[in-house]
Amino acid sequence: MEVDKKLLEHVAEVARIKLNDEEIKKFLPQLKEILEFFSQLKDINTDNVKPSFQPVELKNIMREDKEEQCLSQDDALSLTEHKKDGYFKGPRAV
Amino acid sequence: MDNIYDFIKKVKNNEIDIVEHTYKLIEECKEINKEYNYLNAISEDLALNSAREIEIQLKQKAKIKNKKLLGVAISVKDSICVKDVESTAGSKILQGYKPLFDAFVIQRVKEEGGIIIGKTSQDEFGFGGFSVNVGIGFKVPKNPFDNERSCGGSSGGAAGLSQKLSNHIALGESTGGSIVEPASFCGVFGLCPTYGRVSRYGLIDFANSLDKIGSIGKTIEDVALLMNVISGYDKNDSTSLKLKNENYESYLKKPVKGMKIGIIKEAFGTGVEREIEKNVYNGIEELEEEGAKTEEISLELPIKYGIATYYMIATSEASTNLAKFCGMRYGATEKLEGSFNEYFTKVRSNNFGDEAKRRIILGTFARMAGYRDAFYLKAMKVRALMINEYKKAFKKFDALVSPTTSILPPKFSEIEKLTPLQHYMIDVMTVSPNVAGLPHLNVPVGFEKNLPVGMLLMADHLQEGKLIQLGSAVEKGK
Repeated sequence: MEVDKKLLEHVAEVARIKLNDEEIKKFLPQLKEILEFFSQLKDINTDNVKPSFQPVELKNIMREDKEEQCLSQDDALSLTEHKKDGYFKGPRAV
Repeated sequence: MDNIYDFIKKVKNNEIDIVEHTYKLIEECKEINKEYNYLNAISEDLALNSAREIEIQLKQKAKIKNKKLLGVAISVKDSICVKDVESTAGSKILQGYKPLFDAFVIQRVKEEGGIIIGKTSQDEFGFGGFSVNVGIGFKVPKNPFDNERSCGGSSGGAAGLSQKLSNHIALGESTGGSIVEPASFCGVFGLCPTYGRVSRYGLIDFANSLDKIGSIGKTIEDVALLMNVISGYDKNDSTSLKLKNENYESYLKKPVKGMKIGIIKEAFGTGVEREIEKNVYNGIEELEEEGAKTEEISLELPIKYGIATYYMIATSEASTNLAKFCGMRYGATEKLEGSFNEYFTKVRSNNFGDEAKRRIILGTFARMAGYRDAFYLKAMKVRALMINEYKKAFKKFDALVSPTTSILPPKFSEIEKLTPLQHYMIDVMTVSPNVAGLPHLNVPVGFEKNLPVGMLLMADHLQEGKLIQLGSAVEKGK
């Protein structure tokens, strides 16, 4: 695996972050060092091991499909200036 | 100093003017904050209103005397939502965000008569071990024993304030050690419960399968008392454990004679400062004097592979959690310009700090097609092995012990020289119990060069009581 400028810029773009040249110069060796260190996990034999997505066993909890009280539309919209006609207003989609 | 129970008793018996007391305490917070930066926000109005309400209810002889936290000041890590009080998780992207609701733990604190005094400083979203990775424009909290040194992180403000302010208990949060590690650096107790024991409803999340809310306080009584208030089932958190509540205070001062403690072999020796070892062994000796039995145990995975496993899981989950911050519904915003992607990218790039960006990128990479099996899934499998290894140890031992940190609180000038990977290494003792969701407790065991040293006790899932029992025995020995 080659961690280079191209890969870093691609991953950042996927994560919706724009890195400037200075950040790329700073982050690239740092991320290389970290990923190299993380690669040590390959030394552990995990054949036939099921991944633990949670540290304790949990069951799916469902509730009845009935209407419950929730945040009002006015309240939900109260924390942003970007709104119109009772909706959130976002940037253009296309 | 009064212990917390004496204080509550005085409030109940009207021997303290709670409004005046709270007013003075808020002024004291402001004074402390000038030098140490422990609070991102001081909720003066909320605190004084709560105090006035208690005063009125006491006058009316209302039935409030059974309230567990009556009049006790509670500080809240900034990542926990308090209604109408700015809650930023230490990030510029959430500056100005005043939640419309209380987190479950805040509801419980208010129900029990606790007085919310403010939001404590932290690494941005919890991304650090020294509280130096604060968001853009935030101040770094300083060690209560030496202001040129770190108070640990990420619940740094919570631990520092616990050391400085009496009649106060702090709500902290841990993902990989963010309760016990700052507690160790500030010489206070910190209890991180079993994953799922305390509801995460209203916590601004960092990593869903790792985050736990817990308590930090000057005494073991403080942390047991607050844990009693906040633990329990909550239908609003799908990972909350549906179990009976336990009375953690009943474990205080319970004899430890005959309890078995495993000393983790790999957590001593290489890489651990000698002064730290010496003090932790003193703590272990105190437990032995109280009748606990100790024995060395070797654990293969936690110390050697903990950091890599933890950071893979934590960054992967953080990168998805932080996707919701895009400048639309709350928090930081910009002029609506350009396409969706251009707008989101602008808001995120301008408002996340360096470490947040690094972790988002690391986590996004670890989950990407082609790398997912080698990194993300691999870490989840190692976690399964690690849990098994711990479970096996807990068949024999009531608790395991290690130092909480391998070094004394470092100077800010030393931290500046660390690479991000070296920075991650501060968590070497604490990440694995977090990865396995085990309850763990920092117990202050001594001072070296006028700086505090902490001992880390870990127990099996849901055995918080044993930790309180052991912590109480060490405290008694002092």
